[in-house]
Amino acid sequence: MIEKIVVLEVVLPLLAAPVCVLVRNPRLCRLLSLGVVAICFAIAAAALLEVRGGGVISYQLGGWLPPLGIEYRVSTVNAYLLALVTAMALVVFSFDSRGGPPRVPEQRRHLYYAVFLLCISGLLGIAITGDAFNIFVFLEISSLSSYILVSLGGHRRAVLSAFYYLVMGTIGGVFFMLGVGLLYQATGTLNLRDIAARLEPSLDDRGTVLALALLVVGISIKLAVFPLHHWLPDAYSFAPPKVSAFLAATATKVSFYLLAMILFTIFGAAFVFEELRLQAVLLPLSILAMFLASGAAIFQTDLRRLLAYSSVAQIGYMTLGLSTANVTGLAGGLVHLFNHAVMKGGLFLVVACLLYRVGSVHIDALAGIGRRMPLTAAALVIGGLSLIGVPGTVGFVSKWYLVSGVLERGWTAAAVLILLSSLLALVYVGKVVEVVYFRKPAETQPIDHVREAPLGMLAPAWVLAVAAIFFGLTTNWTYGVAREAAELLLAGGI
Amino acid sequence: MSSIQSLSGLWAYWLIIALMMVGLYIVIARDNLIKKVMGLNIFQAAAILFYVTMAKVTGGTAPIVPHDPAHPGGHGEHEILYSNPLPHVLMLTAIVVGVATTALALALAVRIHGDYGTAEEDEAVIYDMEHT
Amino acid sequence: MSSGTTILVALLLPVLAAVSCQIFGRVGHPNLRDVATPLIGACTFAAVWRLGGDVLAGGRPELVLFEVLPGVELAFQVEPLGLVYGLVASGLWIVTSIYAVGYMRGHHEHNQTRFFTFFALSIFAALGIAFARNLFTLFLFYEALTLLTFPLVTHHGTDEARRAGRIYLGILLFTSISFLLFAILFTWRLTGTIEFTPGGILGSEPSSGMVTVLLLLYAFGAGKAALMPFHRWLPNAMVAPTPVSALLHAVAVVKAGVFAILKVVVYVFGLDLLAGSNASLALMTIASFTMLMAAVIAIRQDNLKARLAYSTISQLAYIVLGAAMATATGVLAGGLQIAMHAAGKITLFFCAGAILVATHKKKVSELDGLGRTMPWTFAAFFLASLSIIGIPPLGGSWAKWYLMVGALETGFAWQAAFLGVLMVSSLLAVFYLMPVVVRGFFASSPTAGPSGSGGGDRKPIAEAPFLCVASLVLTALLSLALFFVAGDLTSLLSF
Repeated sequence: MIEKIVVLEVVLPLLAAPVCVLVRNPRLCRLLSLGVVAICFAIAAAALLEVRGGGVISYQLGGWLPPLGIEYRVSTVNAYLLALVTAMALVVFSFDSRGGPPRVPEQRRHLYYAVFLLCISGLLGIAITGDAFNIFVFLEISSLSSYILVSLGGHRRAVLSAFYYLVMGTIGGVFFMLGVGLLYQATGTLNLRDIAARLEPSLDDRGTVLALALLVVGISIKLAVFPLHHWLPDAYSFAPPKVSAFLAATATKVSFYLLAMILFTIFGAAFVFEELRLQAVLLPLSILAMFLASGAAIFQTDLRRLLAYSSVAQIGYMTLGLSTANVTGLAGGLVHLFNHAVMKGGLFLVVACLLYRVGSVHIDALAGIGRRMPLTAAALVIGGLSLIGVPGTVGFVSKWYLVSGVLERGWTAAAVLILLSSLLALVYVGKVVEVVYFRKPAETQPIDHVREAPLGMLAPAWVLAVAAIFFGLTTNWTYGVAREAAELLLAGGI
Repeated sequence: MSSIQSLSGLWAYWLIIALMMVGLYIVIARDNLIKKVMGLNIFQAAAILFYVTMAKVTGGTAPIVPHDPAHPGGHGEHEILYSNPLPHVLMLTAIVVGVATTALALALAVRIHGDYGTAEEDEAVIYDMEHT
Repeated sequence: MSSGTTILVALLLPVLAAVSCQIFGRVGHPNLRDVATPLIGACTFAAVWRLGGDVLAGGRPELVLFEVLPGVELAFQVEPLGLVYGLVASGLWIVTSIYAVGYMRGHHEHNQTRFFTFFALSIFAALGIAFARNLFTLFLFYEALTLLTFPLVTHHGTDEARRAGRIYLGILLFTSISFLLFAILFTWRLTGTIEFTPGGILGSEPSSGMVTVLLLLYAFGAGKAALMPFHRWLPNAMVAPTPVSALLHAVAVVKAGVFAILKVVVYVFGLDLLAGSNASLALMTIASFTMLMAAVIAIRQDNLKARLAYSTISQLAYIVLGAAMATATGVLAGGLQIAMHAAGKITLFFCAGAILVATHKKKVSELDGLGRTMPWTFAAFFLASLSIIGIPPLGGSWAKWYLMVGALETGFAWQAAFLGVLMVSSLLAVFYLMPVVVRGFFASSPTAGPSGSGGGDRKPIAEAPFLCVASLVLTALLSLALFFVAGDLTSLLSF
């Protein structure tokens, strides 16, 4: 049964998008997309249950057998990602529609939902497909729709940020396409597992090395790996807050999966990390990201920008897990996908609440807001504590395994640096919390009229805040799955 | 392989790389948003050409099976050398993606012009600094 | 009620107290709120006491909640050291909450509900630390305690309080994340377990250098122990209301740090691994240095609470020294000092707070002649000072006694030096505590003028609110009583 319906993960949102355009009723569209996302989540959860412990679900599009036809293939790795994306989409969609794009008038909101659905369809497509060129197509579907979503932000800079994002994203996409072309040249196939089986990577084969380079750089742009991250702070801070929450929680995560899959499944850990020694580049870049981006976050005066820089730093943690190339470290990186999605998604939803009530998330405007909006502020504190990695929150779980993985590799200095970098998170989180609770509001910006955010906004934000604690204390479904996925990836499977 | 040989034997690749770099240079060096879009187009075209060259088999013909009434569905007595059709098909998709990207980029450029009164990146940034 | 349930009850009662504070505070029944807290405190103490019976009988009550990471459980186990810390924390919580009612009302503090709520939650975290069965649980509650006491430190919300809060969080989280967490992860990497096990889990594999590094990481990582140079948070946290200082310095926070060090020495390293090693010598040296330096600084402080804070830093180093000796006697002395110092220091802070409430005076130099108007307070201060200095018949003397015995047992070539350090430190304690008593009772009151130093102008007695005085007299008597019941503690803590 489940083999037949996994394809709906992509098909449903893809079909729902044009339906939204035709329906033209924003309320109906919102309900439709909520329904579609909920079904997708249910399918993803069922698939995850099915494949846990080593199962695989395979679906051949149009009945064409792989490697000629396109195969949708769900193993623990993909199922984990599908569940993550659909869960986050569900939470973000259930967020009150008043947090939508400010510059889109109500009668045109149906288009916004259509684009949102396209974006989800693209992201799910990347996660599920087993065909290299298919990945490129879905990558561009999700990217194009994210450019549109970013451009809908309230400030005029949103459009300019979207343009930057488009330029960078397109360059990344073309690099990826060229890499796939070179792989096709080398193997004569586009099916990922077929490529993996036929490819015999060696340092002497310049075509293969070039393919790897193009793919890694291309994905790194989309993933915002330091120093290719310049588009991200702008895009996340000017996009509508719901969009920031969604993209921060999912888009970079899917790119990370892509990178891990390319490195481990296609090229193999032995080639990438023993012959080529990619970690010699990846490790320093990750550590630089952790320090420089966190350092930049400290000096931001806009909460969204602060969170965006923090995202760049957190991506550094993920790529650090990748560069350990051992089960513990890679599982740490993979579990951080989920953990970071939960905390950063929650924090951006808090931003949406604040924007709705206060009208600005400039640090000065938030002075003393903790008394006016206690629940929102408490969710902010929980998210912040997760970013620091306080035990009992999801951030701690990630850090625990990342540091363990790094220590297993014998990189003691890197382990110390990870822990030290989380102190920078302490500084920027502390800065915000102090303003929110202790600073007196400025005379020019009275906050007496500010009330607690409406329930429709608070509830989704709190779902993620509670998840940040819940999954910090029980890790069977996060770390457990991530570890299985890491074992699978390291064994060269997907 | 000496550099002369690689220059002559792989001339198509050199051309493609040159085209790519031209496109990338325009994207980086020009402030005008429309010119950036053009650069991006050239960049994409180079990648598409790469696929097309890759698929060409020397002496190959278009991959259309000639109609032979004697052998319905088969291909006659003598082997025909075809070019590889798959990359061409892929490029149809890539072109569509390219067109969509261009359209979106131009739409964004129009919006930027509307908001800032300019399509020059540096002027827009200066405008933002002056009107915060 | 099974012993596992009792642990759960003991842990949850403070949470219940916090909830009741919120409920009664919200509906506007401050009196109910202020009665509920000490009552629930008494129940908590009774629950811990019950557990004590099991432990004395040789049992080790356990409670496993659930598995957090594979191989790492959120689990509790009561053993002698934890029992002592748990008894101290829950017992003194009762007294502190009674005192706090008098203090907060007498001093007209705002946000009293928030104050009592976080106070109760801090006790919850402290009990979690006391009963932790593995390093993860300990670390979880250790960080929780830091965060839950933060609103208490910054209670006044002034710039000074915010600055103190920043230093407080900064130092405590910095040390715990970069040293303690690293040490825990390193232990996990070396042994594959982080359960507290009698005899230690490290085995004999790690080299002497690694053991030294690891021990120092643990010792500095437990920043709440205020080992120099990570001690600055403690004097800064003095801006908080006095009951908080009492909680921080006597009951929960600082003791959590030294308790963690004791636990780690006994149950992670094991006494056999450490005794007589370079690691032990290194930590003893650091502890001795802190002990002397802090005492010297204390003498020069004019602000009474700051002086007591430095005294705390010095006295905590006794416990670290005891742990660092890694002998049975050393650990016994450390455990005793946790209880003895708690009773003594809480009395001293209660007195400082009572003086502040009654006279609004904060400085030692302003206390001239106050002993005659506040006789109970100053008498209690005197008794507690004697206990801190270590003079019989007060509880503190036992801890000092066993420490000296322990120092002689270590067998280092330098053992005489450590003995000397202990003696000098006690002498310094005389110098920083006794002037307060002397000024209070014997110096002439400045308001009486130079000629009126005779017995002519008997000023009326003007003590702090009754609840304050009652609780500080109670804790002073407790210091005295501890001298006579120390035998039970000693047998409990025999390793």
